[in-house]
Amino acid sequence: MTIHFTVNGRAVSVDGDPSRPLLWVLRETLQLTGTKFGCGAAQCGACTVHVDGRARRSCVLPVLSLEGTAVTTIEGLAGEVGDALVRAWTELDVPQCGWCQTGQIMSAAALLSERREPSDAEIDVGMSGNACRCATYVRIRKAIHRASALLKGGAR
Amino acid sequence: MIPAPKILVRVTAALLVLGVTAFVAACASSSGDAPARDTPRLSASAAWDVIYDVLQSPRCLNCHPAGDTPLVGDESLPHPQNVRRGPNGSGVFGMRCDTCHQDRNLSDAHLPPGAPNWHLPHPALPLIFEGRDKSALCEQLRDPARNGRKSPAQLAEHMLHDPLVLWGWDPGPGRAAVPIPREVFDAAVEDWVAGDCGCPDDDG
Repeated sequence: MTIHFTVNGRAVSVDGDPSRPLLWVLRETLQLTGTKFGCGAAQCGACTVHVDGRARRSCVLPVLSLEGTAVTTIEGLAGEVGDALVRAWTELDVPQCGWCQTGQIMSAAALLSERREPSDAEIDVGMSGNACRCATYVRIRKAIHRASALLKGGAR
Repeated sequence: MIPAPKILVRVTAALLVLGVTAFVAACASSSGDAPARDTPRLSASAAWDVIYDVLQSPRCLNCHPAGDTPLVGDESLPHPQNVRRGPNGSGVFGMRCDTCHQDRNLSDAHLPPGAPNWHLPHPALPLIFEGRDKSALCEQLRDPARNGRKSPAQLAEHMLHDPLVLWGWDPGPGRAAVPIPREVFDAAVEDWVAGDCGCPDDDG
């Protein structure tokens, strides 16, 4: 069984076990190692990618469900939201160990794509599925506000 | 939560009646009278007893919570990750239900369960099951102003055919299925609707 979809705009065809999680196709088959394995049970958010623009946990997402979809990983995150997040994350030096951060940024991108000026409460709830063992939550929240300001154009 | 022994008594009684009825129906059929169905007819009140037990099972109640946090597991604990109902019942910005839940169950216990259109009721019509006694839930369910403007036929359609409802009998590994057989529930829904959606307080 061959599954066809795109990853960061590039067409891919995946053969083999259709129940194989997308995470392992990304990391092992496509060598896109920016997406991390955290818990393997959709509990921590480290493996977050976008499928057709929506945040999904790739560690539990079988490739069979991806036929015809467009997958975006941290390597392919672009556009004004992606650019604003990269700049904000860099300016505020958000990561500590960094393991969860690609998932954090992908969830933040999904959040900002729908809510350009989120409140503290909306950030806390919208990001609560992404765990960080270094507890960088305060910097993550600041960075999302900073990216929001960059998108608004008033804080350049 | 309904104590397990009470549910078992009701299920056993329903199945006993089912068996007797099937036997009688078979006899009637052999004499030329085709049965309308092979399940027992229940009064609206008795039918509601069965429906209520189903709706109070964790598989139904967990997504009909009193607050804006769904419940999880056979113990109906608050959903981890601070999951919220959101503006339309499908979660919040950046963390919607389908971020983790798919349209099917996954193969291992402790992985997110799934069914088509996984969601909670809309906040404007939260359809709360948690904490509702038998009378209050019945009144709520038959009231179009509180049940999503559903007619009795539409209610029956939802309870008998919606894949998200039917998931309760196929919840995947690690979760107890609804403790009432589906055919008993289906017959009870038909009888409750046929009995004008009668509620406990209707008898005075």
